[in-house]
Amino acid sequence: MQTVVSLTDVSMAFGTNRVLSGVSVSLREGSVLALIGANGAGKSTLIKILSGVYPGHGGEIAVDGKPVVIDSPSVARSLGIHTVHQRIADGVVPGLTVAENLVFDELARSSFGTYFSLGKILPRARAVAAVLELPWDDDFLRRDVFDLGVADQQLLLLARALDQDPRMLVLDEPTSALSMAEVERLFALIRRLKESGVAILYVSHHLSEIDTLADALVVLRDGRIMLEQGRPFGWNEVVRAMLGEQVLAEETDVVERRGTDVRLELRGVRLRPDAAPQDLAFRAGEVVGVIGLLGAGKSELARGIFGATPFTEGSMVLDGRPYAPSSPSDAVRNGVFLVPEDRSAEALLPGWSIGRTAALPFISSIAPRGLVPRGAEAKRGRWVIDQLDVVCTGDGHDVDELSGGNQQRVVVGRWLAGKPRVLVLDEPFRGVDIGARAAIGLRLRALAQDGAVVIITSSDVDEILQGSDRVLVLGDGVVRADTYLTETNRDQIIERMSEIA
Amino acid sequence: MDLARKTARTRVQAIPMRERVREWTVRYGVIAITLFLLVLFLATEDTFRRPTTILSMLKYASVIAIAGLGVTTAMVVGGIDLSVGGIAGMAVTIAAMTMVIYNQIGLIAVAGVLVAGAAVGLVNALLIVRLRIPDMLATLSVMFVIQGLKLVFVSGQSVSSGMPLPDGTFAKGHFTADFLWIDNGFVGPIPVPVLIFLVLTVAMWIFLTRTRWGRIMYAIGANPEAARLAGIRINRYHALAYVISGLLAAVAGLILASRIGQGDISAGNSLLLDSIAVALVGMSVMGLNLPNAWGTSLGAVMLGILITGLTIAGVPYYAQDVVKGLVLVLALIFSFTLSRKRTRYVSAV
Repeated sequence: MQTVVSLTDVSMAFGTNRVLSGVSVSLREGSVLALIGANGAGKSTLIKILSGVYPGHGGEIAVDGKPVVIDSPSVARSLGIHTVHQRIADGVVPGLTVAENLVFDELARSSFGTYFSLGKILPRARAVAAVLELPWDDDFLRRDVFDLGVADQQLLLLARALDQDPRMLVLDEPTSALSMAEVERLFALIRRLKESGVAILYVSHHLSEIDTLADALVVLRDGRIMLEQGRPFGWNEVVRAMLGEQVLAEETDVVERRGTDVRLELRGVRLRPDAAPQDLAFRAGEVVGVIGLLGAGKSELARGIFGATPFTEGSMVLDGRPYAPSSPSDAVRNGVFLVPEDRSAEALLPGWSIGRTAALPFISSIAPRGLVPRGAEAKRGRWVIDQLDVVCTGDGHDVDELSGGNQQRVVVGRWLAGKPRVLVLDEPFRGVDIGARAAIGLRLRALAQDGAVVIITSSDVDEILQGSDRVLVLGDGVVRADTYLTETNRDQIIERMSEIA
Repeated sequence: MDLARKTARTRVQAIPMRERVREWTVRYGVIAITLFLLVLFLATEDTFRRPTTILSMLKYASVIAIAGLGVTTAMVVGGIDLSVGGIAGMAVTIAAMTMVIYNQIGLIAVAGVLVAGAAVGLVNALLIVRLRIPDMLATLSVMFVIQGLKLVFVSGQSVSSGMPLPDGTFAKGHFTADFLWIDNGFVGPIPVPVLIFLVLTVAMWIFLTRTRWGRIMYAIGANPEAARLAGIRINRYHALAYVISGLLAAVAGLILASRIGQGDISAGNSLLLDSIAVALVGMSVMGLNLPNAWGTSLGAVMLGILITGLTIAGVPYYAQDVVKGLVLVLALIFSFTLSRKRTRYVSAV
């Protein structure tokens, strides 16, 4: 098999922040190479370098053995490197017809002349659709592209790329919007492309897809290649390489506590549309770590319990009473709180002080008659600052001017004031420094000790190992393991995470 | 070498100075312009110094300020209300119809207008919160609907005493004395509309900054998802903001109706742009970069001083619009260009 595209020692930095270093990869004719990595590992940077979005990288790229400089998307395309990006909206042009979208590259190059009609481009559009054997008649081609489902849009973009006779195709999470049947269709297509000699770089979080399709894989972490494997793949090693083999923090003197009474029970809850319903019970007094790769259903679990995105199926029982939050306010009134995953988009208010941010969820009890008593919010702010040692100039400090770790202390701390019965934290330690991690972890343990249920989701094994009593391993929306920490170990957890569905 | 070092040092010292000027401009720019205009007109125009001029100027400002407080409330939740002018115009016609055609007392006219204003606010809220139509488009459509409805009710004619009615008789009613008092009366030395203006400014300031409802509204404007995930029923407060806006616009319309003394169908036409302008000017007061009650009222007073002064100076009304626009641009520069705070994008801008 001949090498089509080879990257040698490719590196990239934004300012002083190195996002890729020394990456060397070869893509061979008729072969699928899978690219794996956690968020921020450098996958999208690599894709953008290949598709010409990031010129000015270090290292060398060669096509058919000849060095090339890919300094714009059109250069990438002319070299035969085509990319189907994860965000379909980046590729489909709304307001245009299906036909116009199919031949958009030519429209943009004005191959049809300055004035063109739909009639003029329809024959070309039919030809492009035929590449993928898409059963699209003229009526269909005349429709607005936004009438198409996500899957058809995905196929449209693929057809557009394939029509250009790519030497190499980059597929970035191509199945994220597809149903099972559509995934099958896509896989069949990829196999055909392989046979016709196209080199494919396949980026995915789903190990099962990679197991089905890939001939080889590389694992990226912190901008470096940590592992290269050919078939048969060793998934344990892959997940280990992906998540990092950090030296285990010295055995903390955390004493495992097991909860007694069931406080929150989930019955027949569906975490992903295609997954089986799950039953779960959370006991008062324990910290439950929920771990799984991206798309395992962690956020769905967290948001469902809080009513932010209610479960579509199943029911819950809280302290023996039916609990069906249709919105976060229902949850908050029941003492069920959530620290959301995306701090700045979901928790912070631009320009708001620590005091006001801390008081907001409980403003009704702070100001029962309506008028906010002078200093009440400041007092609440100081309480949070004390509880979690927030580094700041005082309760008037703007939360968005704090460091990530201190922001997180405020966001976590404000719920502590509300005496939580259940506190759910969705990836609470992402982008948070070690000091804040420790301070928050300590408070969470104390909270559980006082009889609350604490649920922490994470995709980092060590985070879960350090602060939890019980660990739940999720995969593809299904509970793969539910055990206490003393009954398991790091290797077992990783093994369950890396199981192929 | 030596010289280079010296210039470098001067440059280092120069930056804080420039920085301080910028800070000052952002905080006090609008106030400074207002004071400057006031002093300028006081010094140059005799007529401007008369107390009656000052009072009529404040009366002019009060209608704009009250409608502007409505727009401000909608802006606090991150929206905009383009129907305030329409509501005020509708209020004028409703008041006239109630008293002139249906021969009712002033109190009923007041009640009717307020109910109608709240109702239109509720419709806005429904379109925006329930049917998820963007605020600007929803309130724009509602503006057209109520402007049209108003004309349909009166067959496109202004309502005045003695006008012929469709059944062949003549309108027997008239604007009652107590209704006319709303604009022409005094409490002590203060004209009633100015008093209403002051009371509503203080009330809205307290409501928005000192009560939990106002706090929640600002939270929704700052980050609706964060507010929702803090356990707030954001839809209720979002809706409430538009109802308040409708009510305030109706109050502005009441004063306008009392001032005109008849059901003028063109009443309130210029109010929309003026009230949005003062709310935007108000955002830059004290460098807050947030819609706020005091800022809006100060903006209205500034506009009053400007228009009154220019009128007395003999500047034609069409040229006044140019000046008005330039002042708005200046205020927007304070809050969008000069300010270091990230100014929230307001959909009206």
